[in-house]
Amino acid sequence: MIFKEYDPIKKKMFQVIDNDGKVINPKYMPEISDELVLKAYKDMLFARTSDLMILSYQRQGRIFTYPPNYGQEAISGAVAQIMRKEDWLVPAFREMGTYLAKGASLKEIFLYFMGYEDGVNFKNAENFLPYSVPIASQLPHAVGIGYEIKYKKKDQIVFTFVGDGGTSEGDFHEALNFAGVWNAPVIFIVQNNQYGISTPFKFQTASEGIAIKSYAYGIKGIQVDGNDFFAMYKAVKESHESARRGEGPVLIEAITYRRGPHTTSDDPTKYRLNEEEEAWAEKDPLKRLKAWLIDRELYDEETEQKLIEDYKKEIDRQFIEAENYGPVPIEDIFKYTYADMPEDLKQQMVEYQKFLQWKEARGL
Amino acid sequence: MNMVNAINNALDIKLAEDDRVIVYGEDVGVEGGVFRVTEGLQKKYGAERVFDSPLAESGIAGTAVGMAVAGLKPVIEMQFSGFANPAFNQVVSHVSRMRNRSRGKYSTGMVIRMPYGGGINALEHHSESLEAIWAHIPGLKVVIPSTPHDAKGLLISAIESDDPIWFMEPKRIYRAIKQEVETEKFTVPIGKAKVIQEGTDVTIVAYGAMIREVQKASVLAKKEGISVEIIDLRTIYPIDKETIVDSVKKTGRIITVHEAIRTFGVGAEINASITEEAFLYLEAPPKRVTGFDIIVPLPKNEPHFMVTPEKIFYEIVRTVKF
Repeated sequence: MIFKEYDPIKKKMFQVIDNDGKVINPKYMPEISDELVLKAYKDMLFARTSDLMILSYQRQGRIFTYPPNYGQEAISGAVAQIMRKEDWLVPAFREMGTYLAKGASLKEIFLYFMGYEDGVNFKNAENFLPYSVPIASQLPHAVGIGYEIKYKKKDQIVFTFVGDGGTSEGDFHEALNFAGVWNAPVIFIVQNNQYGISTPFKFQTASEGIAIKSYAYGIKGIQVDGNDFFAMYKAVKESHESARRGEGPVLIEAITYRRGPHTTSDDPTKYRLNEEEEAWAEKDPLKRLKAWLIDRELYDEETEQKLIEDYKKEIDRQFIEAENYGPVPIEDIFKYTYADMPEDLKQQMVEYQKFLQWKEARGL
Repeated sequence: MNMVNAINNALDIKLAEDDRVIVYGEDVGVEGGVFRVTEGLQKKYGAERVFDSPLAESGIAGTAVGMAVAGLKPVIEMQFSGFANPAFNQVVSHVSRMRNRSRGKYSTGMVIRMPYGGGINALEHHSESLEAIWAHIPGLKVVIPSTPHDAKGLLISAIESDDPIWFMEPKRIYRAIKQEVETEKFTVPIGKAKVIQEGTDVTIVAYGAMIREVQKASVLAKKEGISVEIIDLRTIYPIDKETIVDSVKKTGRIITVHEAIRTFGVGAEINASITEEAFLYLEAPPKRVTGFDIIVPLPKNEPHFMVTPEKIFYEIVRTVKF
């Protein structure tokens, strides 16, 4: 059991492969088919290629502020292979791989960051809440869903995400506490990417890590190398099985690094050094998994270049579709505010339409 | 100076002359704030006086209560107005009530600064104008500047105030307006509105980023021969009724403009006051041009929500022709 051996009190981070993709912890190498590993790698590569494309679209002024996943892809990449259709996903905003796995289209992701609410409607995805921008505020929702799952005796698990900065918010602690008391089937994944915008982890907490905080709430916890796909897969898989057995919530601290900016509005050169970024580049999740795949002769550079070319075409196709989404009816900005639009609000909408007619008539 | 420079300058002046002043919040230290408002201050005054806090708005406001009752002058930043909501409990239960609860023994003189408002193509929760909610809390004063000059003078007054000040900065015009602002210390009084344009036909009361829109609307009105008096409210609470009432007694008409939603907003308060205190001077019903009673739409539809010069002009014409 990894939870015993990697009890947070022992201050041991769970790892399976090293920076070169060599298995250093064979005892805990997950049972996973080569096909699934390859699929996971491709998912991660797709997310990374999308992020890089989005950065260039953003620079061209074709999309607004966007939070890239660059460097953190193994976390979502692992969850994506385990999360089932019936499981819930309660996201933060930096887990692209899980959104796509849940059934969101890249086009929808684009739409949201182009400024359309429709982008978080996720037409083909079930049990998937919209992104949560107010930090950590989504975590108690995951626990409430967990309560419903227990109450209705369903075979479902809730996945929810937060960053290291978010663990300072009261909602993080309240959610863990509720989850512990209710023994709710929730997997909390903290993407500890070392920075909350510009603020380094050491200013968020005097604690040596986040996983250890599970102790205070009486729940399972584990610190995992979040850039190690196999370790993440194993930890998420065991958490999922344990929660399905009714053994309650798990707090997974995934140690990673946000290689890009917080969002496209952020400039990391203001607050961190090149040397640090280079050191983390050595631990890059795609680099490590690719080395493992190549070593097993499951993959090669040529395949990668071909995949990237195909992905770029697909990403661009979906981006252009999103760009051509067109205007949405004015009524759309009013009608979802209440189940039934109050008379007063209806009046505001009617008045606005009158104004638009007047404006047109006046040639303004 | 633009408004960012002016606020930075005000903080600089107060940090230099008063060692009780402590500036903190999310990313305000090393980075100097996401809008660079506190840039350079940590370097100049050290990390004991200007620093990055953990990411927790309730904690930021709550610790500021402790600092203030112990004699410090916290000037805290909420990264965006829409992220200040976790601090609501601390603000409504303690920041605003400590003086009254302790029968004047303890006060919570502090400044809670934040960028607010729409029109910059921002993500969810980055565009709200929630001044009416905060102005509804007894014990709290709410200030919104519209120019770099006023931002500096009002912020210095706010830091020197014994009351807690909710200081809302219209981020849409953070860098849009530049003016000569003296680098020496000066203050602008809290609780005083300013007539920034005299006129005879209609009074328009506005604040923050809306002032610029009103000025554009008044140009459209002028072409139609309508003379607009513009009042920059500057302080939401305590509201300067005298300046507004005097103006309405002259013009006989009033329109309040705000980008915040309409119902139970600042416009409702102003129009109620005018009805109470200048009823017999009115030649038309007091009107409002505001956001709709909805969540601020994401950027693609936000332009429908925003108050524009044309929307204001439309209401001016209707009011004058009533």
